[in-house]
Amino acid sequence: MALLRHTTPEIKERSALTINPAKTCQPIGAMYAALGVRGCMPHSHGSQGCCAYHRSTLTRHYKEPIVAGTSSFTEGSSVFGGQSNLLQAIENIFTLYEPNVIAVHTTCLSETIGDDLRQISRKAMDDGKVPDGKHIIYANTPSYVGTHVTGYANMVKGILKGFAKKTGAPNGKVNIIPGFCEPSDMAEIRRLCGLLGVEIVMVPDTDGVVNGPLTGTYEMFPNYGTTPEEVAAMGDATGSIGLGRWATAEAVNYLDAEFKVPGKILDLPIGLQATDRFVDALRKMVGVAVPTAVDFERGQVVDAISDYIQYLHGKKVALAGDPDQILPMVEMLLTLGMIPAYVVTGTGGKLFEERMNALLKDVPYPCKFKNGEQADMYLLHQWIKTESVDLLIGNTYLKYIARDEDIPLIRHGFPILDRMGHQYFPTVGYRGALRMIEKITGAIMDRMDRDCPETKFELQM
Amino acid sequence: MSTTPKNLDELKKELLDKMPTKVARKRDKAIVPGAGDGGDIPVIQANVRTIPGILTQRGCTYAGCKGVVLGPTRDIVNLTHGPIGCGYYSWLTRRNQTDAGEDGDNYIPYCLSTDMTENDIVFGGEKKLRAAIQEAYDNFKPTSISVFATCPVGLIGDDIHAVTRQMQEELGITVFANSCEGYKGVSQSAGHHIANNQIFRHVIGTDDTPVEGKYKINLLGEYNIGGDAFEIERIFEKCGITLLATFSGNSTITQFRQAHHADLNTVMCHRSLNYVAEMMETKFGIPWMKVNFIGAEATAKSLRRIAAYFEDPELMARVEQVIAEEMPAVKAAAAEVRPRTTGKTAMLFVGGSRAHHYQELFREIGMETLAAGYEFAHRDDYEGRHVLPTIKVDADSRNIEELEIEPDPVRFNPRKTPEQMKALEDQGVRFKVYEGLIGEMKKEAMIIDDINQYETHRIIELMKPDIFCAGIKEKYIIQKMGVPLKQLHNYDMGGPYAGFVGAINWYHEIDRLVNTKVWSLITAPWNDNGPELEAAYVAG
Repeated sequence: MALLRHTTPEIKERSALTINPAKTCQPIGAMYAALGVRGCMPHSHGSQGCCAYHRSTLTRHYKEPIVAGTSSFTEGSSVFGGQSNLLQAIENIFTLYEPNVIAVHTTCLSETIGDDLRQISRKAMDDGKVPDGKHIIYANTPSYVGTHVTGYANMVKGILKGFAKKTGAPNGKVNIIPGFCEPSDMAEIRRLCGLLGVEIVMVPDTDGVVNGPLTGTYEMFPNYGTTPEEVAAMGDATGSIGLGRWATAEAVNYLDAEFKVPGKILDLPIGLQATDRFVDALRKMVGVAVPTAVDFERGQVVDAISDYIQYLHGKKVALAGDPDQILPMVEMLLTLGMIPAYVVTGTGGKLFEERMNALLKDVPYPCKFKNGEQADMYLLHQWIKTESVDLLIGNTYLKYIARDEDIPLIRHGFPILDRMGHQYFPTVGYRGALRMIEKITGAIMDRMDRDCPETKFELQM
Repeated sequence: MSTTPKNLDELKKELLDKMPTKVARKRDKAIVPGAGDGGDIPVIQANVRTIPGILTQRGCTYAGCKGVVLGPTRDIVNLTHGPIGCGYYSWLTRRNQTDAGEDGDNYIPYCLSTDMTENDIVFGGEKKLRAAIQEAYDNFKPTSISVFATCPVGLIGDDIHAVTRQMQEELGITVFANSCEGYKGVSQSAGHHIANNQIFRHVIGTDDTPVEGKYKINLLGEYNIGGDAFEIERIFEKCGITLLATFSGNSTITQFRQAHHADLNTVMCHRSLNYVAEMMETKFGIPWMKVNFIGAEATAKSLRRIAAYFEDPELMARVEQVIAEEMPAVKAAAAEVRPRTTGKTAMLFVGGSRAHHYQELFREIGMETLAAGYEFAHRDDYEGRHVLPTIKVDADSRNIEELEIEPDPVRFNPRKTPEQMKALEDQGVRFKVYEGLIGEMKKEAMIIDDINQYETHRIIELMKPDIFCAGIKEKYIIQKMGVPLKQLHNYDMGGPYAGFVGAINWYHEIDRLVNTKVWSLITAPWNDNGPELEAAYVAG
């Protein structure tokens, strides 16, 4: 008896069918990114089902209110275009909900019929549907191109296009574009920059928006997220750092091309080395000395690795997730002496293959990885069925494989629909590295305690 | 915390004043008072377009077709034709449980998609769909495959029905498609209708192998959320009633194929499955009646009605015996929680039936419903089926296919003569009747169709219910206001709530929700008045 009982190790070549995807579509990433702007109502220009699905998924992931509007296309709007629906929506949203910003993203429907968001938002302005001092920003996020990561990247660029300016007076700040990560991660990135004494503008910033307190009052637009004024200053920054190429390169390159703000694209700071690279880049960008407090945190991570690596060495791990998370995670696993045996991500890009090959070049084990189309959890499961692993890392959907194959699962990435923690506790930075090491050692050691013969059962580990 | 509801006009003003005039005018028609105790039933606006930008609860046609109706059947491979998202978001996100046994087919944990990319949108996706069906067959060897269209499919003009017809011939298994593009209709409801049509056209009545059983029925519009169907199955079995097929909780395609052997169709969710009930009556001569297994009393009543239909004293006696056996535990549970729940108030805004059915369960523990409404219902679900002839078919409904059904030349077999039906009706066993929500609610109660986020927020502020029932998108918004929300689409983590065991579960769940301490912890001690500085610490 098994949950995924029809999965066998026999791999049949597929070219058209995706089974149990390791990705989803652009608009949800755009919706999430827009939530990181203060006073912003994301708006889905398409059928109302898209919006309902994205809100539901984000709500289940955060256990928090996620609001967004929809143009509620009907068959008529699909034939004649969605302009009148979007204009109505803009008027209704500004009147009823009074956001400061509406961030419109498209869907496969509105993209297929070719609605022009630039023209429609200009018309909304011309028709007086946008109250003074309020804003409409937008991004094209066709669901049939790229993945949720692409949608996030496009909306972040849309936010910059909407607000960033250059006055010509440098403000000495560093622009931080976090990849598609948790509010807790964004908070940790901010804290780390604070330790270095570097002034930053971070956008998006969902900390406080999707992990807020229970107060007895519902605030549709809490006082969190990056303000349009803060984003406006990004054109005058000293430099930009993007954390995760897939999610942030668009934005970083835009700031460079448009405002000549030099940018650096790094990995999400997951694990020791990726965090090191982030801290080092930050230090060099503004010319500050790294304070001993950071050395202390870093030293704790090195200490933890040296303490626990004996339990992790040679353990095999299968991962599913997004490239921006997977690459530094693979690097961290290697640092811990573990083997990233199988990796899938539905997000495409040649660069992934190059980076993976570079990371794996000295690993004495035939690791398998695949990204893009048909790089799905079904394939991952088939690999596992051929030869199993000691640990799974990825989103909640992996729990079906975890149970069937009796492999521990560490939930990481998006979406996490069945555990808490990601809202509050980061996996980036040195603190995040410690948390990941704690989770990994916990998972492996729990298994040792469960599975070892009684004669080998030990008090101390 | 119970407050007397304001009068309707005052309430409407509070709800609608801030809206743009055109919006307010439209919303005004979607708000009516209850008409309990035999009052005149007002006309309510329902099943009309959602207003863009008003933060609706509603989803799309694809969600109703794939997610709700066809999703819970375990032995059919469901393949979404479209970009990856639609398949992804409908992957295991409804809590319909199924029991495939040790080695039965179960494809529910699988999400299959053609993952259309730009190339497919530009050059058409038929080729990819054909290949994907072949690959699904090669990997799983299922007996049936169902294809679901997403928005772009209709726009680019893929002929999914031609592809599935061809693949059915090639593979020698059942393959059919659903044109359930998300933009069709005005809500999930259109998707239910499309699913009803396709399952009727391609599956129901395709297996004439006789099915044993003395009292054979189908259960329509029950999705086994949180195990509801398991509990109903348990009760039927205890009563000696043979359940041929449930549409579609804990179901198989084989059961659907043989469903025409039933002698009675019982309908739980009228909105989502009444079409199949109607079509089966026309084609096979199987009468249908509305039942409700939400609420212990309602369950007992429904069982008695089924027994009355079969006109067999043996079954009637058995049903009475089962009710007598089950009720003491239910009554004891209700009595146990009632001191803590009586006088509390509820609001229910969900679905196409549940906002009605669940009022029973609240009543059984002394709780009153202040306001209710459906997310995707039609006027007949509010006002009763007798208004059906008066409902104007608008453009959005017209483009959902209505199948022309004729009696089956061989298998049409009226289960009862017109005289027998009349005699039963005279005894109060009514067929093809659903009275709707409005007639069952008090005159002071508010009924709102397709409530939006703004109206939800306002009505909670104004009427302060002790509990609100809706879905996941509403849940945390409302709980931030300090009001517990019970999900009635997915039940959060709980269930079953149907039948007798379900009623007991519900009483305890509601007791927990309305009496939990967490809401009293919202204010920190230092914000609760008191001096800033206690005297003992004042520096001398």
